[in-house]
Amino acid sequence: MRNHRTHHLVWLLYLAPALIMYSLFMAYPLLDSLRLSFFTGNNPATRVYVGFGNFEKLFTDPQISQRYWSAFFNTWVFFLIHLVVQNGLGILFAVMLTFDTMKARHVYQTIIFIPTTFAVLITGYLWKLMLNPVWSGDFFVSIGLPFLRHPWLGDTKTALIAVSLVSCWQWLGIPTMMFVAALRNISVELLEAALLEGAGNCKTFFLIKLPLIKPVVGIIAVLTFVNNFNAFDIVFAMTNVNGAPEYATDLIGTLFYRYGIAGQHPIGIPDAGLGSAIAVITLLLLLCVVIPTLKKTQKGGA
Amino acid sequence: MQASLKRANKHIVSHIVLVTWSLIVLFPLWTLVINSFKTRLTIYDNPFWIPKTWNFSNYQTVIRDGDFLTYFKNSFIVVSASLLLVTFFASLAAYALARYKNRFAQAYYFFFIAGMMVPIKIASIKLLELIRALGLLNTIWALPPIYVAMGLPVGIFILTAFIKDLPEELYEAALIDGSSSWNIYRQIVLPLVRPALASTAIYNLIPFWNDLWFPLIFINEEKEKTLLLGVTRLFGQYQTDWSRVLAVLTLSAIPVLLLYLAMSSQFIKGVTSGSVKG
Repeated sequence: MRNHRTHHLVWLLYLAPALIMYSLFMAYPLLDSLRLSFFTGNNPATRVYVGFGNFEKLFTDPQISQRYWSAFFNTWVFFLIHLVVQNGLGILFAVMLTFDTMKARHVYQTIIFIPTTFAVLITGYLWKLMLNPVWSGDFFVSIGLPFLRHPWLGDTKTALIAVSLVSCWQWLGIPTMMFVAALRNISVELLEAALLEGAGNCKTFFLIKLPLIKPVVGIIAVLTFVNNFNAFDIVFAMTNVNGAPEYATDLIGTLFYRYGIAGQHPIGIPDAGLGSAIAVITLLLLLCVVIPTLKKTQKGGA
Repeated sequence: MQASLKRANKHIVSHIVLVTWSLIVLFPLWTLVINSFKTRLTIYDNPFWIPKTWNFSNYQTVIRDGDFLTYFKNSFIVVSASLLLVTFFASLAAYALARYKNRFAQAYYFFFIAGMMVPIKIASIKLLELIRALGLLNTIWALPPIYVAMGLPVGIFILTAFIKDLPEELYEAALIDGSSSWNIYRQIVLPLVRPALASTAIYNLIPFWNDLWFPLIFINEEKEKTLLLGVTRLFGQYQTDWSRVLAVLTLSAIPVLLLYLAMSSQFIKGVTSGSVKG
């Protein structure tokens, strides 16, 4: 008879490499960020406990709190634009791609997904050039679209929208393909029955397809939320880490980088405690959204 | 008759919409490539049309410059090492989680899966301290540990589901033959889960290769920079010459793009497999 204890230890051995790497470089640093948010100082040896001091500073220091709320607001706008544009176009394209008599759908799918394989940095630099009126403005005027000649990234009113839309352009492939996968799961009999009943494409979509893919819409919304609350690269590439112009494109991701890691201009000394406080609030916010959704999908999916 | 005509018309609308979006996707890529063959000044005439004379010197300069190839090599080493370790560690863990059925296994599974929804960037301040303490700061070896931790949740998610679906008889036959669990893993499980290993690798390839954040906060040393971090430097250096910047961007985008075009359906499957159940 095999000994149960050794049996357990053998399996633990298989788990060990993953468990060690994941705990040391993901779980532990995440949890320790909670602790760090109650301390101040960048040197682990001379760190001082300050209680809720960092959080107090974040919300009461007039300059810091103004920056924080502005970045917080921008991040929500950034997220909502993604939610609407990505889900809207994603569902539309997915429905079109899954019509059973649709031709050339592999070509379309392949093209829609191309930007997703690009680094955000590359996309960002490229669009920064394309949106530069000095470079492309004359062309837009010559083809009769003079309103496109506009400093999209230099105008505080349009910069955030422009950055968000470029990011949507890049990531649209993922929700589209997830919706395609979900729509393919709908039973053919159901759709045929609808067709026999004389339901048109619109009716079939709103009464059958949309209700059935609702869980996927939820998952995508959560993924979008999680990804956008630490977006950084797109702003870094298109405007800069200060969220130019006038902090109009400053996101939580860039704010965290400036305060916690690089140091806020012009002092240039990072504040690890303040950075951790920002990280902890973001983490709590994500958990508030992620946990209920996970529970729901576990229930619905199992 | 009328109904089928109507349906055909609807598809025309779909084609118009999808062709329009395809153009919106391809147009910037066209712009990227054709302008990389212009010069610092000719880039300003006819921005969206081919150059009057094709200029290859941007590419020559970028490649001769040397640093670009160093950056490329660094990224290649980091990403290969990380992918190898992620798939290996994840397959070991998934094998254990799929075969060893008790409440501990369940708890470990959820512990790992939770990582799929929490972005590791949030822990950056602590990770910076940790990497510094390990003496890895300013070397490319700062990156694989983070990438491995980042890639494990999805890898374990994909592989556990896959191994659980293998028929029980496989193991029974092997156990009767007296095979050890290690031999079963190596000789039976590993060859069978190859598609899931491929999905794990593909899913992680794009975030590893395209990561800017961790190189940016860990690496300052010129010789240790990854491709993208190098691109930010070259961008600053060539700022006044957009045609050269575009050559750098084209060269950086090509490897993953070619890989994608060669195996697009596996790519799409791999990238969506981490997030859709079943």
